[in-house]
Amino acid sequence: MNHIAAAETSFRLEAGSKPMGIARVRTIHSMLVPFPVAYFAAAFVTDLAYWRTDEVMWERFSVWLIAGGLVMAALVAIAAVIDLAFGQQKPAWFRALTYLVAILLSLLNVFVHSRDGYTAVVPTGLTLSAIVVAILLLFATSATWSLTTRRGARR
Amino acid sequence: MIRHSKSTRSTKLPRVAAAFALTVAGLALASCDDTGGDPGKQIGANPVLPALQQYLVPPIRIARPVPWGNDTPKVPQGLQVHALATGFVHPRSLYVLPNGDVLVVESNGPKAPVFRPKDIITGWVQWFAGAKAKDENRITLLRDANGDGTPEVRTVFLDHLKSPFGVALVGHDLYVANTDAIVRYPYEDGETSITAPGVKLTDLPGGPIDHHWTKALVASPDGSKLYVGVGSNSNITENGIGAERERAAIWEVDIKTGAHRIYASGVRNPTGLQFEPETKKLWAIANERDEIGPDLVPDYLTSVQDGGFYGWPYSYYGQHLDPRVEPQRPDLVAKAIVPDYALSSHVAPLGLAMYSGTGLPETYRGGAFVGEHGSWDRTPLNGYKVVFVPFSDGKPSGKAQDVVTGFLDADGSTTHGRPVGLAIDHSGALLIADDVGNTVWRVSSAASAPKPAS
Repeated sequence: MNHIAAAETSFRLEAGSKPMGIARVRTIHSMLVPFPVAYFAAAFVTDLAYWRTDEVMWERFSVWLIAGGLVMAALVAIAAVIDLAFGQQKPAWFRALTYLVAILLSLLNVFVHSRDGYTAVVPTGLTLSAIVVAILLLFATSATWSLTTRRGARR
Repeated sequence: MIRHSKSTRSTKLPRVAAAFALTVAGLALASCDDTGGDPGKQIGANPVLPALQQYLVPPIRIARPVPWGNDTPKVPQGLQVHALATGFVHPRSLYVLPNGDVLVVESNGPKAPVFRPKDIITGWVQWFAGAKAKDENRITLLRDANGDGTPEVRTVFLDHLKSPFGVALVGHDLYVANTDAIVRYPYEDGETSITAPGVKLTDLPGGPIDHHWTKALVASPDGSKLYVGVGSNSNITENGIGAERERAAIWEVDIKTGAHRIYASGVRNPTGLQFEPETKKLWAIANERDEIGPDLVPDYLTSVQDGGFYGWPYSYYGQHLDPRVEPQRPDLVAKAIVPDYALSSHVAPLGLAMYSGTGLPETYRGGAFVGEHGSWDRTPLNGYKVVFVPFSDGKPSGKAQDVVTGFLDADGSTTHGRPVGLAIDHSGALLIADDVGNTVWRVSSAASAPKPAS
């Protein structure tokens, strides 16, 4: 819950400091960034459920959630490229790379989750899901969820 | 706020990320570099079993189907091969009636459900390998009364079946094992087509998943029981253990009542049920599990013991545990039987013919022909041939020899066909169903050709 409050606060600050550029500050990709975060976090929960129950339904939830998160991440990447090219944006390196690491680990994770049976989740898949969630927590508690900042803005 | 403190670190981060990305890519590539060993070490009673490995990306290696044209399979000296008939739609199994008529079961599996993203990929792979042919759901009859190797009669014997595979005639009752039931039809000697409606003897485990859909069938020598091969509903319980109820087993069905019991269990996909002619014992071939290495787990040929448990899913070749199955069952693993004869890994045996005829040369008298459909997840490819396992005293007594080859081309990138069901015709020739070449091949003694009408 904390990170949502933080994000909102920062948005107000940005909006307040640059009243004329409000439409520009809201980049296309920043609307999509939360989707993979939500999907991967949910996959960690369903992984825990599979680990506790051995019920394959949870494992299937996990692999679809991770796959869905990766599809959304691909859209984030496309939108971020558009923002960088046309939106007068430059990469916010720390946030962008934290996010990228979580995506790459999830790419690894979707292959692990595509194994058959128990070892699709326990222990490697579950561990990867947990690491991804930990990295995304780091990402989520930063001032904003945008992967870019406005070009020319002082950082 | 936090942003100011980050600017100093930001130059280092791209390098860290690049190193990480390389590691991920490296891992993915490493898992692809994986070549199987000599299949010869895994043929016979004591196969060499390497340590199991688990994949990030399971290997997929399929041979692209190309038509036979004027080509035929290859046979060793002393034998000859020709097409008995062509133009079938995915012929899977064969059965020879008492009057010599040959039944060709043209069948394919029901549509597989998509439970995971992986199932979509698997569907594409199977389509590419030519396994997604239309399901004709019928049995075609071939009659070669004058024995010249060219059938004069070709009729639709039975139609509108449901993914049929096994056929067994007991007296005047013809039993057909559809994927979801055994159905009995009245059969009169010499009939070329059955139009009478069938009567269901018993249900079999069918949909909605029906992963291993082929139901092999054989009647006991006294005609009182039917034995049915019921394959597992998954590779290794990824559809849940609940989906495996009464599967991965050989059923014994009472012919009078339709009541059944589990005759043997723990056999992942049992097909080719046959009674060994000398000892009258039941034998089967089995497809073992995938995705734990190019040399695991060897498929096998085995006698089937009443009440025997053969390991699946908990273990393989006796007590080799499979970590992909949880919860485990140490009580079952403890009594898991080691199969009699390994055929090597991923050859996919789907046809078995015990040979007691005299039509073929001396070397093939007494033994079992095995149709190996061929691998799709191993480099180099394995199978795609028919082998002969010599028997003596009712047991395998030597190395399997290649009998019918030439399905694959030399570099293994394309295949003309894939052998499936086998049968022995009345002249003692070996018949092979080829479900990619859509042909039934007939292998006979070279000396007997051309056989005059008798």
